[in-house]
Amino acid sequence: MIVHAEPVMGTVVSFHLADDGASRALGDAVAWLHDVDKRFSPYLPDSEVTRLADGRLAETDVDLDLREVLLLVDRASADSEGAFDARRWRADGRFDPSGLVKGWAVERAARQVAATTGDAFAIDAGGDVIVRTGPSRSAPWRIGIRHPDRPDRVAAVLQLGDGAVATSAAYERGAHIRDPRDGRVPSDVRSMTVVGPDLTWADTFATAAYVMGRDGLGWVAGHPGYDALAITWDDALIWTRGMDSFLLA
Amino acid sequence: MIPKRAIGALLSTVLGLVLLLSFKTPEASGIASSSRTNQAVVDQPVGRKSQSGTSTSQSGSSSTSGGTGKTATGAQGTSGYADGTFTGQDVSMRYGDVQVQVTISGGAVTDVTALQLPNGDGHSSRISSIVEPMLRSEALQAQTASIDLISGATYTSGAYKQSLQSALDTAAG
Repeated sequence: MIVHAEPVMGTVVSFHLADDGASRALGDAVAWLHDVDKRFSPYLPDSEVTRLADGRLAETDVDLDLREVLLLVDRASADSEGAFDARRWRADGRFDPSGLVKGWAVERAARQVAATTGDAFAIDAGGDVIVRTGPSRSAPWRIGIRHPDRPDRVAAVLQLGDGAVATSAAYERGAHIRDPRDGRVPSDVRSMTVVGPDLTWADTFATAAYVMGRDGLGWVAGHPGYDALAITWDDALIWTRGMDSFLLA
Repeated sequence: MIPKRAIGALLSTVLGLVLLLSFKTPEASGIASSSRTNQAVVDQPVGRKSQSGTSTSQSGSSSTSGGTGKTATGAQGTSGYADGTFTGQDVSMRYGDVQVQVTISGGAVTDVTALQLPNGDGHSSRISSIVEPMLRSEALQAQTASIDLISGATYTSGAYKQSLQSALDTAAG
C-alpha cells in the first residue's frame, strides 16, 4: 500500500493505492488536481474562473472542462431549487463553483486511477472520500464520519466498497456556507453526509442538503443511488433508509 | 468491567436520549457536562417498560438517583441503570413520530432501536431511523483502529496535521 498526502486546492488530498502501477497513477492524479487548482481557483488573479467571474472571459469562450463545470453547477442549482447555486451563494455575488469543482476533479482523478491501476484504492480529499475495491482488496473500506465536536472522534462508521462519501458542515471552516436563496447561514443540522456512486454529486448534494437541513435528507434520497445522514443539534443521527446498508451497527 | 470513559459516554448517551425523548429528569439540562459521576441519570424511564422479564439484576441500580452515587457491584454499579428494555415516549419529528427503545444489560446500554418510525408518503417515508450518536461511537471505539478514512467538512492544509485522517495516513503508510 502506497500512501501519499498532497496539499492542493486549499486542503490535503490523501491517496491510498495498491503498489502495482501506483506511482504513475499517483503522478497523473496529483498533476491533474494542481492543474484544476490553477485553472479553477477563484483566489488566483488569472485563473479561468476568476476571469470568467470578472467578465474578462465570456461563457461561450471557456474551454471544455470549464464548460462541463458550468453545465454541472447549473444542473445542481436547478435540481436543488437554488439551495446550491455557484452564481449566488457568495456574499459578494461573484461566480464561484468551488462547491462542485473539488468533487468533480477528484472524481475524475479517481476514474483515471481506476483505469491505470485496475486495483483497489481510496482518495480522501480533505474529508470527501472515494473508494474502490479491486484484486488487492475485496473488503469494503471503513469510513468514519467525523464527530462535529471532536476532531479525534467519529460519530458513525460507514462501510463502502465502491463509491463516494462527502460531508458538509461549518465546524472546519466556520460559517462559509450561505443559503444562496436568502443569504442566511444554515443552522438546522450540524453536518450532512451523502453517500453515492459519484463524488461530484455526493459533494454537491451534501452542500445543498446541509443548506436545506433535515428536509435535505428526503431530497437526497430522491436521487437513485444516493443516501444521506445528518447529525442534528440535539446530537441525533438521522439517516435515509438506504443508508442502513452502509452504517456499521 | 466498563472503562470510566465508556461510562461517561454511556451517560451522555442516555442524557442525549433523555433529551431526545423528552424524559422529565433534573439532569437533562447539560448533555455533555460532568457525566462521569455516579449519578443515575435515568432512574425511572418515562414510558413503557416492555420486557421486564428480561431483567436479571434489577436491584440496587434502579434505586440509585439524584447523585447519591450508590455503588453497586460490577459494570452496572457506576452506570446506575436497571437492566431491561425501556421504551421512550413518542417524539414528534418533522418527518413524523419517532419512538425509541433502549435495551440495558449489565448496566450498559446494549441496543437502541427505533420502534415507531416515520412513515407515510413523500419524504417522510424515506427517514427510517434515529439514534444518539455517542452510543454508536462508543460501541465502535474498539473498531476505530480499523477505520480507513474520515469523511468530514473540508479542512485546510494546516488543519490536516491535527486531523484524524492525518493519523490514519501515517498509520497506513
